[in-house]
Amino acid sequence: MEIAGQVLVLIGAIFLFLGSLGIIRMPDVFNRLQAGTKATTLGALSLIIGVGLMNTAFLWKAIVLVVFVVLTNPISSSTIARASYKMKVPMFKGTIKKMEESFLEEEEK
Amino acid sequence: MRKVKGFILLWLFTMIAWVLGTGTFRIDELVTGLVLSFGVVVLFASFTSLYRDIKITPKSIVLMPVYLIVFLWEMIKSNIDVALRVINPAMPIKPGVVQLKTRLHSPLAKLILANSITLTPGTLTMDVKDDSLFIHWIDVEAENIEEATRKVGWKFERILKEIIQ
Repeated sequence: MEIAGQVLVLIGAIFLFLGSLGIIRMPDVFNRLQAGTKATTLGALSLIIGVGLMNTAFLWKAIVLVVFVVLTNPISSSTIARASYKMKVPMFKGTIKKMEESFLEEEEK
Repeated sequence: MRKVKGFILLWLFTMIAWVLGTGTFRIDELVTGLVLSFGVVVLFASFTSLYRDIKITPKSIVLMPVYLIVFLWEMIKSNIDVALRVINPAMPIKPGVVQLKTRLHSPLAKLILANSITLTPGTLTMDVKDDSLFIHWIDVEAENIEEATRKVGWKFERILKEIIQ
């Protein structure tokens, strides 16, 4: 149990590190968000569960924390992406746009 | 009837959160939790409309954990995929914004679908408007609506439509 927890904490730390590396390396806001959201969600998830396994008194609370992180993390990044798109933050060159209708047309009129 | 169902479901979820938070099954804790969560649900009664759409049939109860497992597996895959793209010196990305169509109608189902898409391989939901989802895709594989819908949302949608009306 102790060892499984430590392995999970290590995996979580690696994913969090890769997530922050992604934020530096990616070319524009949207790709940075991609790296940021995904890596931090799994990183935080496995870190919290790892701590829960190392100290089993926290396990149930750790699971509640994980549920809240998984529910709220995508919402925040989706909102940031929408706001940056609305503010016309420049996109990486070669970004494909294939939409039949824009989700901004109401504001543009 | 549907109103009562939404109310009871929200009460149940609040109660589960209480039991997990306190971490005991002592009778006094449980009674306090029942009373407090009832109060919370009465205060937020207008939000219970979200929960009315959850189907309660044997099939949907079996499919809920199935959805969770499919979702967790996709999330692990997506993390490894994005991590590999980050370490790769050549940065193999081909970003784009595409539109998806969904056949789900309930707001709760659309919320869960959008969240699931955000956490799975290389896709990020930017906005939801009526039955369209606008997603940012780190490595565009399909540009037309039908194909993109099949590639990104289908595996979630087909389970979700059994769980939520």
